[in-house]
Amino acid sequence: MTDLTKLSMTEALAGMAKGEFTSVELTEAHVRAVEASRPLNAFITETPDQALAMASRADAARAKGEAGSMNGLPIAVKDLFCTAGFQTTAGSHILEGFKPPYESTVTANLWRDGAVMLGKVNLDEFAMGSSNMTSHFGPVVSPWSPGTLVQRDAGAEEGGFLSELTAAVRQPHPVQEWQWTRKLVPGGSSGGSAAAVAARCAMAATGTDTGGSIRQPASFVGIVGIKPTYGRCSRWGIVAFASSLDQAGPMTRTVDDAALMLGSMCGFDPKDSTSVDMAVPDFRAALTGDIRGLKVGIPKEYRVDGMPAEIEKLWRQGIDWLKSAGAEPVEISLPHTKYALATYYIVAPAECSSNLARYDGVRFGLRVEGKDLKEMYENTRAEGFGEEVKRRIMIGTYVLSAGYYDAYYLKAQQVRTRIAQDFEEAYKLCDVILTPTAPSTAFAIGEKMDDPIAMYLNDVFTVPASLAGLPGISVPAGLASDGLPLGLQILGRPFDEATVLKVAGVLEQAADFNTLPPFVAARG
Amino acid sequence: MSLDKATVAKIAHLARIKVPEADQEHLAGELSNILNFVEQLNEVDTVGVQPMTSVAPHKLRRRPDAVTDGGVRDAVLSNAPETAEGFFVVPKVVE
Repeated sequence: MTDLTKLSMTEALAGMAKGEFTSVELTEAHVRAVEASRPLNAFITETPDQALAMASRADAARAKGEAGSMNGLPIAVKDLFCTAGFQTTAGSHILEGFKPPYESTVTANLWRDGAVMLGKVNLDEFAMGSSNMTSHFGPVVSPWSPGTLVQRDAGAEEGGFLSELTAAVRQPHPVQEWQWTRKLVPGGSSGGSAAAVAARCAMAATGTDTGGSIRQPASFVGIVGIKPTYGRCSRWGIVAFASSLDQAGPMTRTVDDAALMLGSMCGFDPKDSTSVDMAVPDFRAALTGDIRGLKVGIPKEYRVDGMPAEIEKLWRQGIDWLKSAGAEPVEISLPHTKYALATYYIVAPAECSSNLARYDGVRFGLRVEGKDLKEMYENTRAEGFGEEVKRRIMIGTYVLSAGYYDAYYLKAQQVRTRIAQDFEEAYKLCDVILTPTAPSTAFAIGEKMDDPIAMYLNDVFTVPASLAGLPGISVPAGLASDGLPLGLQILGRPFDEATVLKVAGVLEQAADFNTLPPFVAARG
Repeated sequence: MSLDKATVAKIAHLARIKVPEADQEHLAGELSNILNFVEQLNEVDTVGVQPMTSVAPHKLRRRPDAVTDGGVRDAVLSNAPETAEGFFVVPKVVE
């Protein structure tokens, strides 16, 4: 039988429809792959029993002719989505052990359509980060990290007084182990999602994107990730970071899979006041490959200082690909691009300081006692939050505090309007915008940690569209000279995910990216 | 903009996060760097520009003022660090 973990979701659906394999078989293969991928630290909670139970329900539904659009497909869920009865941590110590009594709308939609949950995947704490290094549950290692399979004698490590005696007579116990020569980040904040999908242990994963948290990790690990228009996916039941920016989206290995899964995830939800009451189009039907006459905007402000020449080169390659498919590149200007990061680092912390006020040691999560209520709050939050989260809460508290609100927060909200207006002007000249996804390939774990601003620069190309609420996708476009994947980003008009996906499909076909990460290639 | 230790202590208090005095100096430096970075927004002319409050220009929906959920006290309390007789328990606040 073919290796079921290497299939795309659309291929797997076809295989199950033809009766070549069942969801239980597909899910078992992925449960084994999840176990084999533990060195990546992609999962915070594995749910194999739940996965197999859901898979047999999916098989039964298929037998009755009631298969949903995602029927029997095993996926991973970012640990920011509340899953009823299953621990949801947001990557934070303060929520460790929290078992939501309710299900997020997005995951409920996926289960309604027959998807299977493999487990909850790692992320930057409260989705604040671009590397997955801020997780309380440790960093995620990218499957693209270089390494080798080595044979080790597992019996040799038992120490102690008697061990010398037993060592003389015991049989060797060889085990195969993956040894990293350099550990790379998968990007963030949806780093566990990205690693699990790239490592072929989940067919897809849910992600969330506040300033680039779906698109940047997708670029780092060579997969597809789409952030839909703000309002497309319900935010209900997703642990809130910055409510005016947070959006859920799928992370998959093909554009067709992204279209399939996005269709399941989105839809109107009265429980989210910003959910948009609008019909969900058939996103897969949009993948016609026909982009003749489409105008592709190339923003001149996205040539940032210090960007590697090969990213510039790949960007030009992308323009050529779309041109040969009949699209017309046009130069556009987004003059306030350079202010997007600064705007984001006022707006997002401000909203985070407000949203995270709920972690008070009273209703859920960690409590650290103090001599009175106030000290209990302060102790709980000091111990429960990590460094980056505390930094952002404090920045947010400061920019919202009396005397500084106008100078920082109001100013940032005004510049945000300017940034959104830039896009409105640009879309008078073009239908979509093509840019690089990230200004670099993946960096090593531990790098950029002592300079928050260097870390923030990862999101320089993704943040502007987040601030304007626009849809954006990252598509793997090739390998850089360091052997690591690079993505190209396509941005669209509000609620025009269909065109974004259509252009992404053309890029995907032209790039023909099919290199396996070393960690997966070694697994065979 | 450069924050001093006293300001850091004030923000930490407002945010209800205990920051030991030994860490205040370091944190003041980090937060000042971020504030210096965002200071560049002063270059942007925003005279007469409406602050953005919502990316999508839509009105908030109204719904009938009716009970749609409830009767789930035990579920609400199920994750609380401490409960008693159907209530959350907090340290004593009234002497």
